[in-house]
Amino acid sequence: MSGATTPGGAGEQVTMLDAPIHIDYAFTAGLAQSRFLKGLSEGRFLGQRCPRCGKVYVPPRGSCPTDGIPTTDEVELGNTGTVTTYCVVNVPFQGQAVEIPYICAQVLLDGANLAFMGLIQEIPADQVRMGMRVEAVWVAPEELGPSMASVRYFRPTGEPDAEYDSYKEYL
Amino acid sequence: MSDPSPAGEVLRAPHVLDYTYTRSVGPVIGAFLTGLRQGRILAARADEGRVVVPPTEYDPLTGRSVGELVEVGPGGVVASWAWAAHPTADQPLDHPFAWALVTLDGASTSLLHVVDAGSPSAMSSGMRVRAEFRPEAERRGHLLDISSFVPEDAS
Repeated sequence: MSGATTPGGAGEQVTMLDAPIHIDYAFTAGLAQSRFLKGLSEGRFLGQRCPRCGKVYVPPRGSCPTDGIPTTDEVELGNTGTVTTYCVVNVPFQGQAVEIPYICAQVLLDGANLAFMGLIQEIPADQVRMGMRVEAVWVAPEELGPSMASVRYFRPTGEPDAEYDSYKEYL
Repeated sequence: MSDPSPAGEVLRAPHVLDYTYTRSVGPVIGAFLTGLRQGRILAARADEGRVVVPPTEYDPLTGRSVGELVEVGPGGVVASWAWAAHPTADQPLDHPFAWALVTLDGASTSLLHVVDAGSPSAMSSGMRVRAEFRPEAERRGHLLDISSFVPEDAS
């Protein structure tokens, strides 16, 4: 119940209404994701492995969605991975931090069994492709924090593209 | 590889979502909001003599287009109410108040608004209240151009 203005004097007809929405959450990350976030503040990707099926989840949620059991083993992953799929963002929106067009990709870190979203830079948008090998570029050490903002973006490593079969389960 | 510490610290952070919908209000609600900015409460004259406020473009029962807008209030009767003892930041008043359905004089329907009564003991269904408008310079074509309703005998 707030907001609303229409320019003009008292006699001009009101035609528009601004209805601002403001929602305050206190986000609790949970144990597994807290470990992941603390890893980010050290410039590391920390995942967890399912003791039954062996899949490595990063970011971890603390349990395996397939087996329904806690993921007990912590696994540190490397800095490199593969673009499994991506989209080109051409639409400007409020709060946009990156110049358009840019690439929002699903990145599967080497050794992981779950892809997560990452920004791709240092390559023209029309040259990005599925299977492209990428590496994380981190912010300066003094700017690292418990947030995905610690990863500035991913950039091409220059290696040959990964075989489709190696990532087809992760599209 | 190592065991994740079960006693590890769990992170917690504020997460605030802010976004604004800008909506066109149409001719009838537009006239209602314009009326509020002028310090008047406008209602729609619907079928069978019913007077609907806030006004609708169509009669809620028959679906026919409503006719002229008529002024109702600023006095009225509390049809029902609920006490808000701990107002949140985005609510109309920063001290305890009553949410109330107010049947304005001349209206057939009730309008949801707030009654600034001070204490729940000052509230009762059937009590008379009156709309308090903000100073003209602060009005912006919004339901909160009425800052609150107040008990009629207290003014």
